[in-house]
Amino acid sequence: MDDTRIRFGDVPWGAVIRVGLIGAAVAIFLCLVGIVPVFHTRPLIKDVISLGQTSVVLALLATGLVTARTADMRGTLSVLPGAVAGAIAGAGLTALVILGEVINVRAVFLNASPLLYGILTFGSGIAGSWIAIVIGAVLGAAGSVGARLPTSSRRPLTTFVLTLLMGGLFAGILRTAMLSTPLAGLGRLLFAPLGLTIVGAIVAVIAFVGASELFHYTRVRDRVNGMAPAQQRLVTWPLLAIAAFAVLMLPHALGPFVAQVIALVALYVLMGLGLNITLGLAGLLDLGFVAFFAVGAYTVALLTGTSEFGIADWPFWAAIPFAVLFAMVFGAILGLPILGIRGDYLAIATLGFGEIIRILAGSDLLSPWLGGPHGILNVPKPIAVQPTHFLAGPNQIYYIAIACAVLIAFVAWRLRGSRIGRAWLSIREDEDVAEALGVNLVQTKILAYVLGAGFAGLGGGIFASLVGSIFSSSIQLFVSINVVAIVVVGGMGSIPGAVLGALFLIGVPELFREFSEYRFLFYGAALILMMLYRPEGLMPTRFAAREVHLESQELGADTVVAAPTEST
Amino acid sequence: MYARVMERITDVAIAGVLWGFRIAVVLLVVVGSALTLGGGRHSAESWLSLIVSGAVLGSIYALIALGYTMVYGILRLINFAHGEIFMAGTFGGYFVATALSGIGFLNLNPITSIISVVLMMAGAIVVSVTLALLVERIAYRPLRNAPRLVPLISAIGASFFLQYTFRGFFGPGIYAYPTVGILDAQVPLGIEGFRVKWIDVLVIVSAVVMMAGLFLFVQRTKLGTSIRAVSEDKATAALMGIDVNRAIVMTFAIGAAMAGAAGVLYGLIFRQVYFFTGFVPGIKAFTAAVLGGIGNIPGAMLGGIFLGQVEGVGPTLFLSGLGVPSPNQLRDVIAFTMLVLVLIFRPSGILGERVAQRA
Amino acid sequence: MPQLVAKGVTKRFGGLVAVRDLDLEIEPSSIVSVIGPNGAGKTTLFNCIAGWYKIDDGKIEFEGQAIDKLRRDQISRLGIARTYQNIRLFAGMSAIENVLVGQHHFLKTGWVGAVLRTPAVRVEEEKAHEEALRLLQFVGIRGHGRSQASELPYGDQRRLEIARALSTQPRLLLLDEPTAGMNPAETRKMTEFIRRLRDELGITILLIEHEMRVVMDISERITVLDYGEKIAEGTPREIQTNPRVIEAYLGRGAAQAGTTVSDATNEAAASEA
Repeated sequence: MDDTRIRFGDVPWGAVIRVGLIGAAVAIFLCLVGIVPVFHTRPLIKDVISLGQTSVVLALLATGLVTARTADMRGTLSVLPGAVAGAIAGAGLTALVILGEVINVRAVFLNASPLLYGILTFGSGIAGSWIAIVIGAVLGAAGSVGARLPTSSRRPLTTFVLTLLMGGLFAGILRTAMLSTPLAGLGRLLFAPLGLTIVGAIVAVIAFVGASELFHYTRVRDRVNGMAPAQQRLVTWPLLAIAAFAVLMLPHALGPFVAQVIALVALYVLMGLGLNITLGLAGLLDLGFVAFFAVGAYTVALLTGTSEFGIADWPFWAAIPFAVLFAMVFGAILGLPILGIRGDYLAIATLGFGEIIRILAGSDLLSPWLGGPHGILNVPKPIAVQPTHFLAGPNQIYYIAIACAVLIAFVAWRLRGSRIGRAWLSIREDEDVAEALGVNLVQTKILAYVLGAGFAGLGGGIFASLVGSIFSSSIQLFVSINVVAIVVVGGMGSIPGAVLGALFLIGVPELFREFSEYRFLFYGAALILMMLYRPEGLMPTRFAAREVHLESQELGADTVVAAPTEST
Repeated sequence: MYARVMERITDVAIAGVLWGFRIAVVLLVVVGSALTLGGGRHSAESWLSLIVSGAVLGSIYALIALGYTMVYGILRLINFAHGEIFMAGTFGGYFVATALSGIGFLNLNPITSIISVVLMMAGAIVVSVTLALLVERIAYRPLRNAPRLVPLISAIGASFFLQYTFRGFFGPGIYAYPTVGILDAQVPLGIEGFRVKWIDVLVIVSAVVMMAGLFLFVQRTKLGTSIRAVSEDKATAALMGIDVNRAIVMTFAIGAAMAGAAGVLYGLIFRQVYFFTGFVPGIKAFTAAVLGGIGNIPGAMLGGIFLGQVEGVGPTLFLSGLGVPSPNQLRDVIAFTMLVLVLIFRPSGILGERVAQRA
Repeated sequence: MPQLVAKGVTKRFGGLVAVRDLDLEIEPSSIVSVIGPNGAGKTTLFNCIAGWYKIDDGKIEFEGQAIDKLRRDQISRLGIARTYQNIRLFAGMSAIENVLVGQHHFLKTGWVGAVLRTPAVRVEEEKAHEEALRLLQFVGIRGHGRSQASELPYGDQRRLEIARALSTQPRLLLLDEPTAGMNPAETRKMTEFIRRLRDELGITILLIEHEMRVVMDISERITVLDYGEKIAEGTPREIQTNPRVIEAYLGRGAAQAGTTVSDATNEAAASEA
């Protein structure tokens, strides 16, 4: 028997066809839902490939990759299953084009437009509809090769793809930033207003793939871990200082639009860290975060506002503690009766609270006090400065939000390591057993809930000041969903996860208009995929790390057995 | 000692807040109703109209609620995406209706109109059931043994994914449902000032028929019995040779079919559909399911009708007497307050929940 | 005076009576077993004592105090701890953290103190950790403290669960099938360990167990349940020869044939395996 030759009959063709059909379904979905045509307007590499085309390319590559995993064939013709599955997926697109020629698909699906067909056939009309099959076969084969590569050669490929994606996305922003500096010429060379230039793509790929190979993460980590503690500090502290400096300079480097966006990102980092306590540590799914956000926002607006609704002319700094306090009181009043109910009902009840607050804020009943849909205007900034000042506009909000986020992270970290944090985690893991071990459920939950509410109020107060106004239309369910998505995608209970989650889930859609149309589609997919594959999140907490030093102090193994000490 | 004191304080605080809620709600309802009725600004006929509109709304809630209650009964999962399954049905009915209207069949004569409505329902049910089974297969089945928060978050994800998929497919705009002439005609009742349209009759009658059919199906047929057995105890049911997967899939399919049919009825009454159509009715139907006792099929029907009445009559009855401006704005506030109150005070619902106890 | 007194305890689920009119008295520092066929209501009885179920009738007193209306955390604070038939550790937490949760109510740290990490808090944490390590040592899994609970071997998970129960400083410990799924050597070690719990710590042990050798070996008294009712009570010797017990386990024929309970259940276990 010849092991190196693939035999036609050995291939599990049923599975291959199934993967191919799923690939076709995904590709057609990307087209009809509008991602392909809408993202086609944003080039990744100018005049070479658009983001819309990239999405199809990735789907076809993934088809090949999954096929190779499903039908694990070796030998010279081992790419055959991947190519077939890829061709089937591509054929789905061909079928879409032909179908579009025969009947008016657009009567139902808005995106089944000539523009879409043009993208799929490279402008050659129905005659070019077969191109998709060929491309599908090629990419499917490529994907299945990729799946079989050893990790060492797959890593640079992954870096390659990620570099192009990131570079293409942020090219415009980087270009704008560089144009006002002596690097303007370089900026024009590497970056187009939208997407990388060809030169830029080559430079970026060489730089990043090279760098990631030279300083590979695990190798660096192993090296650092191998050092003596004093040496480690010598490496980590300067790095931390550089990171801190970069975080502080960020709003000045990239222009006012980006400054506004990252102020919002910082605000969501803050709120994500707040919900991280409620949801991440204590496992309470709070879908009514926006209710406390609203309490905070309206408190600040009313207490500082110079409009007709203002009831006091306080400075921001005097109002914000009250925003937090009211939100906490509110959280206690709502939380006390509902925290006794079971977890999934809690989610619905809090969702109900959020909706009640949203409707009330916009109702005629409360509009004499809260301004209803016309809102409360003229909420002052915390610090009054000239427009050209270092702290002008959103920048001061950014710094305030970052400071608050650091504070919350600190609080969360300290609590996590205490009796209270352990009680929260135990409730999240199994609240019945936790109670049987002497943990008072309502008391423990209410603390998490009220702290979360307080941080939501803080976020709301800062938001009112950032925007300079508060309208009932700002009080929406999506505020709650944003924050929940940040916590879940980042990893429940993880502090860096919340930061990362906010950057991706808030920053990217705010920076790029195309994304903001599809942000909730993406959130939905992300929530499902996270639960299916990584329920512990992208950056899960390492629970055990802290105990290391205690265990190392252990006594000898055969110490006399000691009875538990009696409590006094 | 400190802990004891804190515990006492929390206990007292909880009791205080709960009593505060109770008193506030009772006061609002009693005083509001007394003032409204005492004011005498509303005629008997207008009350009747409100009751009918409440019954119509309630029938739709009841149909959607069945899906929530059956899935919760069998998986103990709040199928957050169920509202979107309903919305998909509304869209499905819409496209069938536009197609029929395009060839002039929809309003050709009363018989074609009736056939059209049946076809719309069939189309809606196909769309809803397909979608529900996809969601079950992709987002729920792999998570059947995960901690309960995990499938719940997945369900929330599925809900948003479906909403924005439909937004991507059909755009953010609101689609106007085609009119079916005969359904818009008045029922000749001969009561001055009190009007009922045929569509109202259709909604109530078809809801009652479908719910009765479902009840018989679950109680009398073999498949229905297997669904009940799996709800009671999955492991034992599997040992008895029942195909658990099949029972769960059937549950989703039946719930989706009811929601799809409800979607068409909703579209015919409210004359519009867009990607967000399913969200609020979804939450309200869940409220109805809890209200009646989750897992309890007759409970879902009762809960739906009750919630519909509270929503139909409530704003006028409780709020207009208190001088609240535009009370109908607060209709959803009343519904959501009901939801929260039921969850706090009677989480097992009116008829009691039918969810298997876990030892 | 008995430490735990149950009188006329009845628990119903819908139409099913899981425990019917049950009386039970347990002396301090004794080892008592509850046995009976599957579905006899043993675990239900545990759930009633530990406050997981509210009983429908009767009363339960612990050291003279009525506990049948208390919440689980209150009962735990009075000095009753338990383990679970199918191990219920906090899977995502480390072993030592599992044990630390049990000390929750002995610690006083409030949230302000925890955030500021005052010297008093630091001392308290240090002590709690020492205590937890001591308990891990006592059950014999020291050195696994920082492993995630779910990653421990099966037998160690059972031990960790006992360590966690001990951390609440109980005077009555309810063990639900502590040797389930263990091989004979492990079972012997666990039996020894249970005896040590009583001998060294003076803790009363109430035990559900299927392995008759264990039951007959360490129990001072045995209560037999069948269909939620107590059908016998006494010393191991009395139980082994009690015809009603043999009947419950093996049916009428066996009772007349003069089999003992040990034979019967061991046969049953053998046929299961």
